[in-house]
Amino acid sequence: MIAALFWFFAAAAVLSASLCILQRNPVSAALWLVSTMFSLAAIYVLLDAQFIAAIQVLVYAGAVMVLFLFVIMLLNLDHATSDIRGPSTIAATVVIAGLLAGELFALWSYTPHRLAVELAQAGSAGDVSALFAAGAIARQEAQAKGVVGAVAAPLFQAYLVPFEITSILLLVAIIGAVVLAKRKV
Amino acid sequence: MLLGPSLGLSAILFSLGVAGVLLRRNAIVVFMCIELMLNAVNLTFVALAQLYGASGYIMVFFVMTVAAAEAAVGLAIILAMFRHRQSVDLQNINLLRG
Amino acid sequence: MSFSHWVWLAVALPLGGFLVNGALALRRPDAKGLVSLVGPGVLLGAFGVSVGVFRELLGNPPHEPLIVPIWPWLSVGQLSVDLAFQVDQLSAVMLLVVTGVGSLIHLFSVGYMREDPGYARYFSYLNLFIVFMLVLVLGSSFPVMFIGWEGVGLCSYLLIGFWFSDKANADAGKKAFIMNRIGDFGFLVAMYFIWRAFGTLNFTDVMARAPLTLAPGGVIVTAITLFLFLGCTGKSAQIPLYTWLPDAMAGPTPVSALIHAATMVTAGVYLVARTNVLFAMAPLSSTVVAGIGALTALFAATIGLRQYDIKRVLAYSTVSQLGYMFLGVGTGAYAAGVFHLVTHAFFKALLFLGSGSVIHAMHHAFHSTHSHDDAQDMRNMGGLRRHLPWTFGLMMLATLAITGMPPLSGFYSKDEILAAAFARGGDTPIFYLFYAMGVAAALLTAFYMARLMALTFLGENRTGEQERGLLHEAPWIMTGPLVVLGVLSLVGGALNLPHFVGGNAAMERWLEPVMEPGMRLNHLVMPEGSTDLLLGGVAVAIGVLGLVLGFRATLGRPTLPARQAPADTGLALVLNRKYYVDELYDGLFVRPVEWISRMVLWKGVDQTIVDGVAVNGAARVSRGLGWLGGRLQSGQVGVYVVVFLVGALWVLRAVLR
Repeated sequence: MIAALFWFFAAAAVLSASLCILQRNPVSAALWLVSTMFSLAAIYVLLDAQFIAAIQVLVYAGAVMVLFLFVIMLLNLDHATSDIRGPSTIAATVVIAGLLAGELFALWSYTPHRLAVELAQAGSAGDVSALFAAGAIARQEAQAKGVVGAVAAPLFQAYLVPFEITSILLLVAIIGAVVLAKRKV
Repeated sequence: MLLGPSLGLSAILFSLGVAGVLLRRNAIVVFMCIELMLNAVNLTFVALAQLYGASGYIMVFFVMTVAAAEAAVGLAIILAMFRHRQSVDLQNINLLRG
Repeated sequence: MSFSHWVWLAVALPLGGFLVNGALALRRPDAKGLVSLVGPGVLLGAFGVSVGVFRELLGNPPHEPLIVPIWPWLSVGQLSVDLAFQVDQLSAVMLLVVTGVGSLIHLFSVGYMREDPGYARYFSYLNLFIVFMLVLVLGSSFPVMFIGWEGVGLCSYLLIGFWFSDKANADAGKKAFIMNRIGDFGFLVAMYFIWRAFGTLNFTDVMARAPLTLAPGGVIVTAITLFLFLGCTGKSAQIPLYTWLPDAMAGPTPVSALIHAATMVTAGVYLVARTNVLFAMAPLSSTVVAGIGALTALFAATIGLRQYDIKRVLAYSTVSQLGYMFLGVGTGAYAAGVFHLVTHAFFKALLFLGSGSVIHAMHHAFHSTHSHDDAQDMRNMGGLRRHLPWTFGLMMLATLAITGMPPLSGFYSKDEILAAAFARGGDTPIFYLFYAMGVAAALLTAFYMARLMALTFLGENRTGEQERGLLHEAPWIMTGPLVVLGVLSLVGGALNLPHFVGGNAAMERWLEPVMEPGMRLNHLVMPEGSTDLLLGGVAVAIGVLGLVLGFRATLGRPTLPARQAPADTGLALVLNRKYYVDELYDGLFVRPVEWISRMVLWKGVDQTIVDGVAVNGAARVSRGLGWLGGRLQSGQVGVYVVVFLVGALWVLRAVLR
């Protein structure tokens, strides 16, 4: 059941992404990207990351993409002419993206079983089962503290400093955006 | 366990993002393809979090935050660019030459 | 420490003279008094040292040469060459000749060059020449000798082109140097072969190892000696490299006397005498040496018959007499060759200095009347015995010496060479031909010398009405050395009186320790008794015949002054134009080399390859690469992204492997 859902949403994501990069109209492209994000959110739920799925919809699809759409409409871009590059670039793209996909596909084969075998052969210090035990502990915590708590606890304890720095980052970004987009009076 | 297929899907989405960056001339669409790439990476992190614990979710959290900040600043730059040149075609933006 | 260890002083003194005179030439060229003191002074000092060394050797003749090390020079791998001087009987003789005759010529020059603005420069060059000549004769190894060899070539160039503002003089200097260079190439190749064969370059070691290591008459020793002889033909003006010496007369006359009569040109003979063992081991080379010597002697004598410039006649005479010396050493009579070297130094220097005296007087006369006639052309002279009596008398003495009239020195030395050639004919018949050529050359020598004397000193004076009264004898500073040389030409024969007149061949016995290794291999049997007497008689008869014919032919028909004289025709023209050898060399060698230089090396190599390909080509390649690099920085974001991704792909591939 889960597998079937996964494949469905995976196909949806791929289809949406392909259409996104090929659409002439930037608004259409943005909407297809939103669709991709929704499919991904569904996949997150299937992967037991409910909180992340929620955040994906709220922040990414809800805020960031809306921002994109705002800007597209503000600029009132002409979409009559296609803005896809010429044939030589298409050829280069196919080659590069194809190679990249191929290289990255090597990661598909990293099933947990293979990981365990490699780690055992490498003779790494740490217990093999202990490494994957982290996942088991996370699941237990998720059941104990709830979905949000399982993420929030490390965030406010182990990763507090990066958290605070991120807030400063956001502040800086806001100021930067305001300054850059300001009309020179 | 959906680890393998998730990683594969992530690979495909990432490559599609790369293709989009290379193919399109419209700066905003290129930006969107970059966001697509970031999403693919997020998927990888979430998939691996099943094995390696909550740090995966934390990474995703931070990636999203930074992506949002980056989107804001980037779009502001594109706005400024548009005001200067009345166009967001990347072909015309070549003052970094030489 | 014996006195011979001070032999380096003989070199150091003229070197100091060179430095002082050179400094004066640069700073105070008009300090003629000081230069007149330093220039000849250092030479007389060097002569004193030479006399001291000779006396020490005389009292205790060594069997092995004394090596006086000065400075460890080269030590490369297995080759070790020291800057050292070798004192033995042969070098002592050469030392005396060079410093002795050199001193006399320096004194002569004080008078001759008195009015020349380059006085100090002249003496500095002359002193430098003596330095190098002494290094040449004193060197204990081939490289040290070669330093002297090259050095005298350099000084020859400097002194021939002394009045370089006239292009012809500069050209003569260049010609001398370049032809010497060709000979030097032979010397260097021979040095290399010697190094390969013996592993050493010291004279004593080479002469000791040669009979043990190499096969007599073999290829190696013949090659070595032939290449050495090539050097000799360059330095000593033998065929084919002799054409520079007549042109070298462009220099001041004392220079011609010193360098091109007494010392530098004899370096080749000295070299053969020094390496007598090698030449004795290579009969083919010795025959070549003797043959070229004989041929040159005859050839140059024929050219001298029809030259009008007094110095040219003497120049060809020098070439001819050098041929005699090589005939001597080629036959194996090394001591005879050296003996002729010594006596020739006396009478040839006397002849040149005498002609200098004549030219000095003629020049004065023409200068005072602002005439443009050639002061050296014998057709403008005549009857000068009335105006320059001392010069006439002494030059007559030298003429008798050079034609081999007993009891003057030239008779003994020339006769011994001819006798040796005749004796050698016994086992190598071609030497009979060489002997005949030598006799013919002796006849011609007498003829042209008589012609010279007749044209210059006898008959009526052709100089011109106004000039005649201005002709006068040279000052004593110039005639004094002439007298000394005259005495030496007269009694010089005593150095090596042969047996048939009751002498005991002093020089031959003196040089025996040096020449003996070579002579042992040669088995030359000199004629004795009646044959000796007969050969001597033949030589004298030929000489007398030549003199008589010469005087009668020259005085028999009237001679006109140069500007009125008719041009030569036929054989006389060919002789006057020196058989057109210079033109032949020009066409065969000079023009092709010039053509190659211009067409191939300049246009081809320099302009096309070096300029076009290397220099401009490198620039073009750089520009091309730069253009390529520039294309990467197009400013297009798309291009940057592509490059970025390609790089990322590469890194990924490396990581995944």
